[in-house]
Amino acid sequence: MNDSPPSPLVQIREVTKKFGGVTAVDRVSLDILRGELFAILGSSGCGKTTLLRLLAGFEEPTSGRILIDGADMTDVPPYERPVNLMFQSYALFPHMTVAQNVAYGLKKEHVPADRIRERVAEMLALVKLEALAGRKPEKLSGGEKQRVALARALVKRPKLLLLDEPMAALDKKLRQHTQFELANLQYQLGTTFVVVTHDQSEAMTLASRIAVMAEGRIAQVGTPGQVYEFPANRYVASFVGNINLFDGRVTAAGNGQLSVKCETLGSDELSVISGGEIAPGSTVCIAVRPEKITISRQAPEARDRNVIKGTVWDLAYFGDQSLYRVRLKSGAELQVSAQNLRRSEKMTVEWDDEVFLSWEVASTVLLQS
Amino acid sequence: MKNRSLMLMTIVAFGYALLYVPIISVIVYSFNDSRLVTLWGGFSLRWYVSLLSDEDLLGAALLSLRIAIVSATFATALGAIVALALHRVNRLRGRLLLYGMVTAPLVMPEIITGLSLLFLFISMADLIGWPASRGATTITIAHITFSMAYVVVIVRSRLAAMDESLEDAAMDLGGRPVAVFFDITVPMLLPALVSGWLLAFTLSLDDLVISSFVSGPGATTLPMLIFAKVRLGVTPDINAITTIIILLVAVAVATAAFVSGRRESAGLRGVR
Repeated sequence: MNDSPPSPLVQIREVTKKFGGVTAVDRVSLDILRGELFAILGSSGCGKTTLLRLLAGFEEPTSGRILIDGADMTDVPPYERPVNLMFQSYALFPHMTVAQNVAYGLKKEHVPADRIRERVAEMLALVKLEALAGRKPEKLSGGEKQRVALARALVKRPKLLLLDEPMAALDKKLRQHTQFELANLQYQLGTTFVVVTHDQSEAMTLASRIAVMAEGRIAQVGTPGQVYEFPANRYVASFVGNINLFDGRVTAAGNGQLSVKCETLGSDELSVISGGEIAPGSTVCIAVRPEKITISRQAPEARDRNVIKGTVWDLAYFGDQSLYRVRLKSGAELQVSAQNLRRSEKMTVEWDDEVFLSWEVASTVLLQS
Repeated sequence: MKNRSLMLMTIVAFGYALLYVPIISVIVYSFNDSRLVTLWGGFSLRWYVSLLSDEDLLGAALLSLRIAIVSATFATALGAIVALALHRVNRLRGRLLLYGMVTAPLVMPEIITGLSLLFLFISMADLIGWPASRGATTITIAHITFSMAYVVVIVRSRLAAMDESLEDAAMDLGGRPVAVFFDITVPMLLPALVSGWLLAFTLSLDDLVISSFVSGPGATTLPMLIFAKVRLGVTPDINAITTIIILLVAVAVATAAFVSGRRESAGLRGVR
């Protein structure tokens, strides 16, 4: 069997895109693997849409190369790339029916008419829209429009399908359902998908790998688990999910662990597993996710755990879980979330309770500042 | 409360009366049997019949139609190109200034437009020997220049409302730029092109001042003929021609409004 890693379908090499004096994409290098559902995640203005338009061919990079399936695509116009894009607005042609919209790409390829009919029927069946083939886009619901856009973008069997905020125009309930459908479709077809989104939960549910973008650069690339549990830097840590961050100074190192003293925590020191060589005295950032923290009124056993004390300042009860804001002596606040595992009318921890917060040393994230 | 609505109704009625009573009286008197314009002498179609045998008048009407059709067609084509260029090339410096300059003829006094075009034609004839004489051709060119501005405004507003990703999507699906233009851009702009054409057609048909400046011997448009006739005294056949023109213009304007209204709402809904 072939054990070498699969060759990447898309190779982005040191791509920079400037608009006037503004650098939208800054020396980005990225490999996207064959058959992958890849997400580019970032807040608005981080350059993710520009990167997508560079892949589709609507923008030319200021410098750098883009290779798709080994071929240099940097100077190839969009109509000659084996890439299709599903637009955020769907961009359905309003003067054409659903079937004509889907057929457009094949017509431009001069596919024979009977073959076009076959393929269009096939695609409409795939997105379950056979009944609406003769409708104009204005007569479709949001979800139906999205499926037409998807069928239209897939009908040419592109090597790469780009999706720009595919769920942004759908309401919340439909969004969750569609996310699963989209992921299933991708699995079924095996086409490489690149989804651009600002919604981290969407990126997490859909993607096999995520690239987090900030200010035109890639902040981290990894599986959803890697990005969430092992954020590469402060930006990724705070952008993806909720997190508590403390700045501190290393006081001792040994046994693969560091002791870190943080101003905001008073005399308590935190232990964290160190990845590499970090000398005592260097400044670091310690992070812990709210759901990793256990909240209790009794002092917990402190073996391999970090323990700090605080007062419940605020709490929000959501039914399935509760969210606590715990204030420390220094005035700093921590977020803690707890699953409500037991059925009980009265909560074990209430406002103004003195509580112990504890979490495993292994759950503590070390970020180098 | 009741008094107030009554007062409002009166004001509205007065306003509309001011607009439409003159027009309606012209239409009514075009069916007047009497030779005196202001005296009702019973219903008759004789003035319409007499129009048919008036060769000067038929000739002028045909010339006006010909000029209107040709100038509207050129104005629509050129206006659409200008609007597209102004819309597309967003890196063009001073785009706003250019747009303002294109639309300036909308507010330019007709006398000035007519006079400056006349000077242009005279000096062109001196310099390059063309146009050798003024007539239908110079009128057509003059009409193209001022009605083009209206087309630019109409097409540009349609372009501004259009989802630009439509063209990107067509290109992404394999449409080369020229194909995308005819597959997507032209159909999307069609309502604006139709209403622009109809407006240019109406403007040309109506124009008296500019035509008078740039016309030459032998080229008399319908408005010019009517104006000349009226100077000798209003005859009832003028009412008949006027009625026909009103009808023609009303149909053109209503069609334009209908086409752009219907297609626009459909197009915009599709975009959302």
